[in-house]
Amino acid sequence: MNGEELLHVMAQEQERARRFRHHLHVCTGTACQALNSESIAQALEVAAKAQGKQGEVSVKCVGCPGLCSLGPLVEVHSFVNGDHERSLYQFVRPEDASEIISHLDGEPVERLVTPLDQPFFTRQLKIVLENCGEIDPERIEDYIARGGYQALMKVLTEMTPSEVIDEITRSGLRGRGGAGFPTGLKWATVAKADPRRYPTYVPPGIQSQKFVICNGDEGDPGAFMDRSVMEGDPHRVLEGMIIAGYAVGANQGYIYVRAEYPLAVKRLRTAIRQAQRAGLLGNNIAGTAFSFNIDIRLGAGAFVCGEETALIASIEGGRGLPRPRPPYPAEYGLWGCPTLINNVETLANIAPIINKGASWFASIGTAKSKGTKVFALTGQVKNTGLIEVPMGITLREIVFDIGGGIPNGHKFKAVQTGGPSGGCIPEQYLDTPVDYESLTALGSIMGSGGLIVMDDSTDMVEVARFFMDFCMEESCGKCIPCRAGTAQIHHILTKFQTGRATERDLKLLEELCDVVKHASLCGLGQSAPNPVLSTLRYFRHEYEAKLRRDGAGYGYANGAAKERVTHS
Amino acid sequence: MSVVTLTINGQDVSARDDATVLQAAREAGIHIPVLCYLEGLSAVGACRLCLVEVAGVNRLLPACTTRVQEGMEVHTDTPRLQTYRRHIIELLFAERNHVCAVCVANGNCELQSLAIEVGMDHVRYDYVFPSLGMDLTHERFGLDHNRCILCTRCVRACDEIEGAHTLDVLGRGAKARIVTDLNMPWGESPTCTSCGKCAMACPTGAIFKQGSTVAEMVHHPEKLAFLKTARERREWRV
Ligand SMILES: Cc1cc2nc3c(=O)[nH]c(=O)nc-3n(C[C@H](O)[C@H](O)[C@H](O)COP(=O)(O)O)c2cc1C
Ligand code: SF4
Ligand code: SF4
Ligand code: FES
Repeated sequence: MNGEELLHVMAQEQERARRFRHHLHVCTGTACQALNSESIAQALEVAAKAQGKQGEVSVKCVGCPGLCSLGPLVEVHSFVNGDHERSLYQFVRPEDASEIISHLDGEPVERLVTPLDQPFFTRQLKIVLENCGEIDPERIEDYIARGGYQALMKVLTEMTPSEVIDEITRSGLRGRGGAGFPTGLKWATVAKADPRRYPTYVPPGIQSQKFVICNGDEGDPGAFMDRSVMEGDPHRVLEGMIIAGYAVGANQGYIYVRAEYPLAVKRLRTAIRQAQRAGLLGNNIAGTAFSFNIDIRLGAGAFVCGEETALIASIEGGRGLPRPRPPYPAEYGLWGCPTLINNVETLANIAPIINKGASWFASIGTAKSKGTKVFALTGQVKNTGLIEVPMGITLREIVFDIGGGIPNGHKFKAVQTGGPSGGCIPEQYLDTPVDYESLTALGSIMGSGGLIVMDDSTDMVEVARFFMDFCMEESCGKCIPCRAGTAQIHHILTKFQTGRATERDLKLLEELCDVVKHASLCGLGQSAPNPVLSTLRYFRHEYEAKLRRDGAGYGYANGAAKERVTHS
Repeated sequence: MSVVTLTINGQDVSARDDATVLQAAREAGIHIPVLCYLEGLSAVGACRLCLVEVAGVNRLLPACTTRVQEGMEVHTDTPRLQTYRRHIIELLFAERNHVCAVCVANGNCELQSLAIEVGMDHVRYDYVFPSLGMDLTHERFGLDHNRCILCTRCVRACDEIEGAHTLDVLGRGAKARIVTDLNMPWGESPTCTSCGKCAMACPTGAIFKQGSTVAEMVHHPEKLAFLKTARERREWRV
């Protein structure tokens, strides 16, 4: 497909859509699909036929619109006399289908409707997720109808690679995979890197001297931002990767997805096939000299395989073990070649930046953190689900406006960002704007986007122990501070929870956190103590309240012996 | 190849530009403790004992994998590094069952020497006392998991010098174990050539010659580097 043909498909699709007066969008993200939302879509089609409305009703399976706690969700767009009316139905069951269809031209079904003007929706700003919930992720035409692949066309026909990199640099986009590294700078480094600087060992049959990797490993417990993007708008990820390939001079890309995301894998595979057939992926894309292929690599679900050097080792077929950096993958990556590795959400931001311009993107957010961030909002909060908010929004707005506050009459206690690598932020910092620097200053991190709200019934030592349990299990075992250190931190926290901890344990805990944080090899170990350090910083009294004051109980063998004495 | 100059602990040092900080320090007679590094094998930066401070870099860097740079200012023995090293050694002692008094490598063990070097007079951590077995199925060598510190020197020696790749690591985190082939008894391994390079490489008493008793096992890690250079320089022809 070239630019003209792309516009033609776009016009055709929009024309096709205009034939229907009512568009019913059924969420088939993993959460709603688990609640059998596909049979709802079928029931709606059957009901439309039964009521003779098949000519005016289009039923579409879409990606996640975000409010997972109310799923399965069905959104209705009605175009009556030039007006566009929307309504959203919650907790839909297949039995509700005929009632929904029969109300299409009248008032919406009262008992199922949930307001669309609630802050959950109005306080969000959707860039990455703008298509999620709107398009059928299994149809490339749907994506094209909403302006898909226009950015790729513009890049290939009107821009040089360095102009693309300049545009991304000026947008101020930073990596969404956790560390917030400036994306433009990373692209420029890979573009500049000399593939002959290090010895390479590319397997035969692969024709590329540089590589682009999309990191869709998403191992944080409770996080599902990247999954929703890959499931709901897979073509946008592909488009971002192809543009990245053009900018850095790579001809081969890999999407690394965890095998636990079967739906994402399936939709990405479909999307790759469709894009290849449309000539938007493969050799001589859109008739230009640029060729780019994308393959999928499945991860076996180890958290550490999200770390870039471990991910590369895993794609190469080795054990997923991190290696010391420098050299960074930008210079020495996959099979020794310069490799660009970006997160799913980072890549999903590329097409809009190219389409709407760097200055548009840079106008959103704070001085150093631009654009939006997708969060998976979970925990003790009324509305859980997927949200996208502009950088700079306060935590209070996220928890109380979008999240709807704390349910069951409980009080807010802390919000945890960054998953096992992040920290807990207490009430007094709720008015902090969400950006990379502010969260780091509070002892947490932006992370990839997990956001867990905790109420006053939460035991903060237990929270720390939960995350340490995760890090201990997921430590790859290569370096000693992380392998043995996380296990010891976990053991000390367990002593706190079983009434065996003493002052010495508290002191040792703090010392050990410092060692693990600064001596570990990779980001997993380096950030593993964060949940402990941040709860120690803000909730130290909870640790102190659990200390055993009689001097007994310290030392493993020693303590056990003393305990026997004290209790007999 | 060109030469760069740097300072290590305030001392001016010059080195080839492709040398690591560890190599530069050794050449200048400056001692940096190591455990997973062994001359002749690839460096993996895993044990973190060789971490050094470099002025202007906010992270600690492993000397064994970090290349020297012109004007680099390296410190190898600050109080902070000493603290970390002692913690790392203590963590190792608490992690598995290191009972020097009954160990074949007593007196010839790098872990033991390091414990003395970092001044470990006692272990502040609770001992984990994991229940680990040993593999005595090989006719010449034994592998005692209780004494293994997972430095992977044996794995690299077997793969890189002998080319057999009989040994590798199974599992992750604290559950990681050295295994032979696809986790079979060592004695049944079809790939093991019984060359004994793993036993030369092992810093502790984890891999030992069958029949050795307390303090009898002497390792020869230097032989591996000798083999490698001799091979590279083609000192032998067949
Ligand atoms: C333990 C660990 C796990 C990680 N997991 C992920 C992940 O699941 N997804 C991801 O995009 N980045 C993850 N990262 C960050 C990556 O190493 C890398 O920085 C990121 O993919 C770079 O992309 P970005 O620049 O677009 O953020 C992880 C890092 C560490 C240390
Ligand atoms: S920090 Fe943990 S996960 Fe990272 S290399 Fe070390 S042991 Fe492996
Ligand atoms: S057996 Fe010896 S050489 Fe091998 S990993 Fe264990 S301690 Fe290191
Ligand atoms: S010797 Fe450098 S990390 Fe082990």
